[in-house]
Amino acid sequence: MADTEKTDLKRTPLHAIHLEMGGKMVPFAGYDMPVQFEGVKAEHLWTRTHAGLFDVSHMGPCFLFLKEGLGAPGSHERIAALIETLVPSNIAGLKPGQGRLTVLLNSDGGILDDLIVTRMPDPALEGMLYIVVNGAVKEEDWAVMTRELGASAGLQRADDRILMALQGPDAEAVLRPHFPEAADLSFMRCAYIQKDGEKYMLSRCGYTGEDGFELLLPGNEVGQSFVRTLLDDPRVKPIGLGARDSLRLEAGLCLYGHDMDADRTPVEADLQWVIQKGRRARADFPGAAKILAQLADGPAQKRVGIQPLGRAPAREGTEIRVGDEPVGVVTSGGFGPSVEKPVAMGYVRTDLAEAGTAIDLIIRGKPHPAEVCALPFVPSNYKR
Amino acid sequence: MTTTYFTEDHEWIAVDGDTGTVGITKYAAEQLGDVVFVEVPDTGKSFAKGDDMAVVESVKAASDVYAPVAGEVLEGNEALADAPQTVNEDPEGTGWFCKLKLAEKGELNGLMNAEAYAKFCEGL
Repeated sequence: MADTEKTDLKRTPLHAIHLEMGGKMVPFAGYDMPVQFEGVKAEHLWTRTHAGLFDVSHMGPCFLFLKEGLGAPGSHERIAALIETLVPSNIAGLKPGQGRLTVLLNSDGGILDDLIVTRMPDPALEGMLYIVVNGAVKEEDWAVMTRELGASAGLQRADDRILMALQGPDAEAVLRPHFPEAADLSFMRCAYIQKDGEKYMLSRCGYTGEDGFELLLPGNEVGQSFVRTLLDDPRVKPIGLGARDSLRLEAGLCLYGHDMDADRTPVEADLQWVIQKGRRARADFPGAAKILAQLADGPAQKRVGIQPLGRAPAREGTEIRVGDEPVGVVTSGGFGPSVEKPVAMGYVRTDLAEAGTAIDLIIRGKPHPAEVCALPFVPSNYKR
Repeated sequence: MTTTYFTEDHEWIAVDGDTGTVGITKYAAEQLGDVVFVEVPDTGKSFAKGDDMAVVESVKAASDVYAPVAGEVLEGNEALADAPQTVNEDPEGTGWFCKLKLAEKGELNGLMNAEAYAKFCEGL
């Protein structure tokens, strides 16, 4: 990305607002995005104590829907059966308005992306799923969905709209006057809202470990002026990609392309909880044989939390050793402003994955002591 | 009499006789953001001009600090280990990285004075 010309970069509908707010812009997933406003540490801490507003319009919101029979009885089961050929989670069992984290798998059980799949809350839209995929791989994801499901399902991309997250303990109080529905949603529940001729998807989820919401809103002046209204609230500050990364790392959440990729299965990535019991029994998802064998016997390596014991942060790519033996690699690492120490995650040999196991991180050629630890680094504050 | 010189990599060196105190500039500290870790060189280590001499890590990334001129380390600022934020608070004062015994004073001629460095930063 480093050599991408600024002029080639796409802009989200909130680009002008980022510039007005003093955002320091960098290329990210093909977009010109703010990496920070006031400073990573201040933004991180503000989000954990008030409400942080994140522009995530570079991501891939979309709607996958039955080409025929939308709203007819049994239509949710039909669209679920289609998407379940690509993901190992129980989508059929979602209640109206319920969302679930899942992974898009290749035939070897490798993770092509992680995504949230939500059943539309509106009975008239049964047979439609609201799906949000990662920005960096959205074109590839959508190509897979269209190729595999296109005979029966249509895909409408919604990445021309604004997708924003409002995260932190004040998020609900800030949103409620605009969307009273916010108060009624629990974690991973979604409302479909039509107001003044515009459509909104409001989901209680996020990527910080805090309570909060993701909101899909029109990419026009209506959406832009709504974001400005939120930013006028003294409890709200704009947050850049830097703090987004440190917040999700402290929360123990994976970043696609770093903590998981096509060479890692959900079992190796310690995401086996996305594969519900019924799907394991049916063994009908891509890479099922390999994944079920790993569930039974344990994978060779596993994703773990890593607590460096000194002050030196261990960055992505740092080698992990026990004695002189290489046993793994750091996949995300940095400094956690809330825990006030370095934090990391990575892959180690499964026999070393137990919390408390002593390991060395090889930073600039020298071993630095660390421990395998439980995730997250900060307790989550989801509204269950 | 102390004279301070600056590099294009945003180090400063305050020279008094044969000794120079080295740090990173206010501009560099602002660009880095919140500094969370500093590794200063061990006493007695020698560097050529431009060698990786120290490491400074912010919440964002790790950056190398280069030796502005050749020299031998007389002292590292050990206080930075426990208080790396000093680099943000006082980058051109108590946030110094190390003291060098200069090996080749002539190398100072290739560095900028405060006025030239300020102009250089304006152009960035």
